[in-house]
Amino acid sequence: MRLLRMKPGHGEVLIAEGDVEIAEQERELIAAFREQLDKGMWAAVPMVAPDGRRQAELVRDFGEVPRDAERVIFFPRAAGGS
Amino acid sequence: MLVALGVCAVVAAVLAWDVLASTLRPAIGRWRSRLAAADRNEEVAAYDPGRERRAEQRARELLRSCVDEESWEMYRDLGFLRVWGSDGSGTGAGHGVAPYAYLIYPHKPIVAYVPRSSRLLSEYCVDFPDTDRPYGSARLPASDDVLAKWMALTADERRLIENANLHLAGRQHDPDAVRSDIAALGRWEFDRRRRSDAGSVRAP
Repeated sequence: MRLLRMKPGHGEVLIAEGDVEIAEQERELIAAFREQLDKGMWAAVPMVAPDGRRQAELVRDFGEVPRDAERVIFFPRAAGGS
Repeated sequence: MLVALGVCAVVAAVLAWDVLASTLRPAIGRWRSRLAAADRNEEVAAYDPGRERRAEQRARELLRSCVDEESWEMYRDLGFLRVWGSDGSGTGAGHGVAPYAYLIYPHKPIVAYVPRSSRLLSEYCVDFPDTDRPYGSARLPASDDVLAKWMALTADERRLIENANLHLAGRQHDPDAVRSDIAALGRWEFDRRRRSDAGSVRAP
């Protein structure tokens, strides 16, 4: 699983990468995940719906991330624009 | 006696300061000029068009890897994405029969409209400002902005809409331009279906 973060002037940045089935790597993924949420990021998991459509799911806890998810994308939380 | 000495000391200090200031003033001016030049150089260094292009290229690849092929081609060819309203999902999405849909533009408000009539409903102004401001800007690359809107809309439409500022259609977008985009989207879908039926749709 890869944790990616969108960044101005850069595109996505790899925050962490690991195998959730390996305890130590999962702990590192969880720590990195929480750090991004503490910074105010939203976390989304791109996925394919049962009917085949592409969509995303917003997750607020690492436990909500599907175990087989390939990546979680962090992006700044939405704010009302002008 | 003490008062006279004190007055003399003050006068001497003022005279010394005057002499010192006249000597230092040009040096201070040069120092300020160097600081201003350094600031200008940093600003120039902070804006790197090559870096912005590379960032946008990465963002486009990420967007492409997340959305379906039709949506990617729509964005590539037309410059915006259409997302069906959640009430319309599964009711013929792709054939324009959903009650409402959204057009996602980079760094512009999301437009809600009625696909059957092309009637514009409203604009939802939403940003994703990065307070870390790497390279001095809080703005995501254009395609990352589109992907962030797409992910938020497809994941939790209500949450995104509640975070957005709602305005009547026409506040930031030119309504005629949006209607023109909707018409272009219709033509684009027609052509794509025709190519698909002819078995000539090829990967970009």
